[in-house]
Amino acid sequence: MRTSNCDMVIVGVGGQGVILISEIIGRAALKAGIPVRAAETHGMAQRGGSVINHTRLGCVYGPMVPEGGADILLALEPAEALRYGRYLSTGGVALVNTTPVLPTTVTTGQFRYPDIEEILAPLRGFARVIAMNATEIAERAGNPQTANIVMLGAMSRFMPVDEALILDALRDSVPRKYIDVNMKAFELGKAEVSG
Amino acid sequence: MREYLLGNVAIARGVLEAGAGLAAGYPGTPSSEIIDTLSGIASGYDIHIEWSVNEKAALEVAIGGSWAGTRSVATMKHVGLNVAADPFMTLAYLGVDAGLVIVSADDPYCHSSQNEQDTRRYAQFASVPCLDPADPQEALDMTIYAFDLSERFSVPVLLRPTTRVSHARSDVETGRIPEGRRRGRGFIKDPARRVSLPVNARPLHRALIDKQKDIERALESAPWNRLLLKGDVGVIASGIAGLYAEEALANLEADISLLRIGTYPAPSRKIEEFVKHTSKVMVVEELEPVVEETVEIVARRCNPELEILGKRSGDIPRAGELDPLTVRNAIARMLGMSVTAPRELPGTEIVPPRPPSLCPGCGHRAAYYAMRKAFGKDAIYTNDIGCYTIGISMGTVDTCLCMGASITIGSGIRFGGDERPICCCIGDSTFLHAGMTGLLNAAYNKSRMTVAILDNSTTAMTGHQPHPGTGVTATGEETVRISLEEIARALGAGHVECVDPYNLEESIDAFTRARDFPGLSVVISKAPCRILLRRKGERFRRYRVTDECVGCRQCVEFSCPAIEFDERAFINQLCTGCGVCAQICPKGAIEVVK
Ligand code: SF4
Ligand code: SF4
Repeated sequence: MRTSNCDMVIVGVGGQGVILISEIIGRAALKAGIPVRAAETHGMAQRGGSVINHTRLGCVYGPMVPEGGADILLALEPAEALRYGRYLSTGGVALVNTTPVLPTTVTTGQFRYPDIEEILAPLRGFARVIAMNATEIAERAGNPQTANIVMLGAMSRFMPVDEALILDALRDSVPRKYIDVNMKAFELGKAEVSG
Repeated sequence: MREYLLGNVAIARGVLEAGAGLAAGYPGTPSSEIIDTLSGIASGYDIHIEWSVNEKAALEVAIGGSWAGTRSVATMKHVGLNVAADPFMTLAYLGVDAGLVIVSADDPYCHSSQNEQDTRRYAQFASVPCLDPADPQEALDMTIYAFDLSERFSVPVLLRPTTRVSHARSDVETGRIPEGRRRGRGFIKDPARRVSLPVNARPLHRALIDKQKDIERALESAPWNRLLLKGDVGVIASGIAGLYAEEALANLEADISLLRIGTYPAPSRKIEEFVKHTSKVMVVEELEPVVEETVEIVARRCNPELEILGKRSGDIPRAGELDPLTVRNAIARMLGMSVTAPRELPGTEIVPPRPPSLCPGCGHRAAYYAMRKAFGKDAIYTNDIGCYTIGISMGTVDTCLCMGASITIGSGIRFGGDERPICCCIGDSTFLHAGMTGLLNAAYNKSRMTVAILDNSTTAMTGHQPHPGTGVTATGEETVRISLEEIARALGAGHVECVDPYNLEESIDAFTRARDFPGLSVVISKAPCRILLRRKGERFRRYRVTDECVGCRQCVEFSCPAIEFDERAFINQLCTGCGVCAQICPKGAIEVVK
């Protein structure tokens, strides 16, 4: 039996705004009266390490998505998509920002950063992969920092929450002077996914 | 009202709803957001909020608060309770006046900690009750309950959230926050219960033992111990593992007996009922087999044939954190149902590791570079707990044990007979927490070595909390700003120097002088945390690499995340303009972007 209506795993690099995405979803779910559970990464990994956030809609159990159970994997960084690919369910959706953030293990030459296609191929084997350059799209929206909101816009197509409520929650969650650019980022991200 | 709250925010909310008038803590993941939250809203209520200098201080302040008749709370991470263990153990004898709650947040899997110790063991050790919330709602409700329980039995009560509770977020039903006076009527003299002379401690210990039965009986009926008897096979699960177990049973559509436990001492009557009813039970709990041991003891008396699966049988891991799939599969195996194998994802080996790293422009990196130049690779670098431990790849982190241990272990290595240069590294907050004693000890016992205090003017790792060196309190009020330099001198260091780590040449010279000093030397490397500066609105310069770059990789070795390399160096948009790479480049190929 399913124990959650929609399980999402949101991954990226510390500092990319992973938690904000989940916060907005949670607030939207609250407005919709849907029970929501989330687990966040704080502390050491936030210093440029790899971070993962679990978000579960319509769930009254623990906050963690079981491995192989995520309906959606949202990756703000491509290598992180593959690192946490095991969470994604067969037939699930992977939304991937294609702009890499190089770890110091790569900049110092100890490891090679794989090509985007090498990263996406294993995921394509069992899931629907939607890749976009969210960082570039965010720049078009007016601020490269809003790549997370671009991805949220794309993900909104797959979430069982009313879009109007997500936008409400978005407005509540960002400083007033940044609302417009975030709204734009959301719209551009949504437009990347055809219905 | 229904709100979407982080577990730690829910605990802070519980503290306010319970009418507490004092909260003290030392930052530590995953506990920090409790005081962070309270300090942001303190001004609206009659409550004292403080970041204490360490956990022992925090607990003792909370004890004083309770003895003055004010409901009080002390917050810390699990290892912080080790620091506060001295007051904690005897406090259970002396007891409380107004309710006293100690939040000690555990970190299974060591997400951001040096060990996985289980606070429930401390509760047993001190004969103190402990509440084990499964989610933010329980965390809020238990916080309020804990104050009542504490007053009812005159004992401190432990609340033990784990990372997945403290840093979980969910929809939570909040209650009313009482207005008005929160401070108590003052301290009442009562030497027989406030002075731990042997003559008092002996009867108090007996009294503490005597009240255990009553505490256990009261906890039996707490709403977080839920018994559901069905078939003769069942699961007993505690804290968050109870949610994993419930989810597993729903997922497997397995209609078996379930006992969820949320309080300690574990409810032995409910366990007895369960044990009598079943022939096979799986105990699911994170870390230590605390419940499992209770089940074994109860079963010996009332159902010796009971088959007990858990840590001892190897069905539930004792190290690390549990997760829904592990628990689901363990229960499925017991029931002879099919197990879901974790997904094998071929190709993941190409993913490069991404360990946490010092931020671009962080002063710790610059200090390490200079230190390493002055002391060389054979020197011994004892290190401590903070952001700077992340700099391990720079070859200046040879040890890390616990708060403050860099200095004392350095001394011990010297007196243990090692004659190589020793440089101990400790952050400002950690130095004030537990390093001062070590420095005094080193001076007093004539330790010949260098202590580097990496002063970033904050407690960075845990979320940038203030400390006595910053001149502000938890609630943002101005206060004395103590000088690390004066402390170092007062504690007996023979040579003390302050340096700006972004000036490499000066910094290397300072470390060289400290290394050559024939006694105890201290170098204070001052550079405010980059994240803090950014939050204060500082605009950083950017650097770039010019055509003069010959691809020698020397700047790359500095391992700043903003420096990339592809035949030639390249500086990306993460640069915060510290300028150190420009001083390292032998060709002068790095310059400020105009
Ligand atoms: S100036 Fe150089 S070392 Fe400093 S942050 Fe920028 S790239 Fe990194
Ligand atoms: S948070 Fe501050 S102290 Fe920590 S690594 Fe980043 S710049 Fe350095």
